[in-house]
Amino acid sequence: MSMSMTATPDTIELELLGFLKNKTKAQWTADRDLFADGGLSSLFAMELVVHLEQRFGITIAGSDLQLKNFRTVTSMVELVVKLQRGIGA
Amino acid sequence: MTAAVAGKADDQLVIIGAGVMGTGITALALAHGVSVTLVDLTQDVLEQATANITRHLRMAKLMGAHQEGVPTGRLITTTALSDVVSRTRPVAVIEAVTEDITVKTEVLARVSANVLDGTPLISNTSSIPIDELADSVPRPADLLGTHFMNPPYLITTVEVIPGRRTGTDALAAAKALLGRLCRTPIVVSDAPGFVTSRLLHPMINDAVRLVQEGVASVDDVDALMQGCLGHPTGPLRTADLIGIDNLVDSLWVLHKRTGDERSRPCELLLAKVRDGHYGRKSGRGFYNYEEALA
Repeated sequence: MSMSMTATPDTIELELLGFLKNKTKAQWTADRDLFADGGLSSLFAMELVVHLEQRFGITIAGSDLQLKNFRTVTSMVELVVKLQRGIGA
Repeated sequence: MTAAVAGKADDQLVIIGAGVMGTGITALALAHGVSVTLVDLTQDVLEQATANITRHLRMAKLMGAHQEGVPTGRLITTTALSDVVSRTRPVAVIEAVTEDITVKTEVLARVSANVLDGTPLISNTSSIPIDELADSVPRPADLLGTHFMNPPYLITTVEVIPGRRTGTDALAAAKALLGRLCRTPIVVSDAPGFVTSRLLHPMINDAVRLVQEGVASVDDVDALMQGCLGHPTGPLRTADLIGIDNLVDSLWVLHKRTGDERSRPCELLLAKVRDGHYGRKSGRGFYNYEEALA
């Protein structure tokens, strides 16, 4: 189920906050560092990669595949928007 | 032998067993520019393993664990074990098959009958004493043990176990190989479960028993161990990562050799295995991972 045609930064952010709440049973804010402050396992980062690819119909590769792009909801929104515009690494 | 692992471009590692640890160690080697021939029994298993290795390499890249400036090693998969080990002189043969002494000794006997003398033969095991495996090979001096943690490409320390009959050349070669893979070897004496499993596995068993007895939920046991005691993932998520079937096998090895009742797998662990809920690799264990595996 791709949202690639209709996703805006706001809807992507909402979707990601919902995904995180569902997965971690905790509330998140868009700028909270999931790994440093949030205490999530780095293995969870790969779940985020797969989720973003499936949910938004994008492929994350090359230099986009770096943990810093997945540290916060805000950074993930920026990555999705960039890749939906076809500006991959 | 020691010179061979100093690091030539065409170095080749043979890994037997394309399960969780076999594919993880393969990804570690490839990410450090070492080519791998991966051996398992069927083409179907090898095709699945190739997909898993691709996923592991992505994870390694994501976590910055792919060695900079080194081209990814070449992966060959095959079911022809005897051909592979008799045709070439690999830097080492790593056996990473099921944690079952019967299976491991059969594989080691077959490999050692075909491999050239002096090729280090490494059994990757979480609990089986190396000296028990050494009876199955004609040259016990070439055999030693490693215990890579899962995922091998992210965890940089490796437990290394020379058996009573392991030669100094084999140990030096294994340490050199680990150095090339940017791992830190810690050499310990041969014993059931060595150090890490002897400490960790009964603790995980206790954690599962607490859930079984209704003392706390899965989430709460892990949250307490993480939040109060600084455990990186919590014992139950660790069980899912190890593979609950492997954990049970390893606990039986410990229990049978030490008599420690804390190592007798508890009923909830056995039920997970009966239900096929092996953890991360099967999509479900104490947690669900279906989406992560897609």
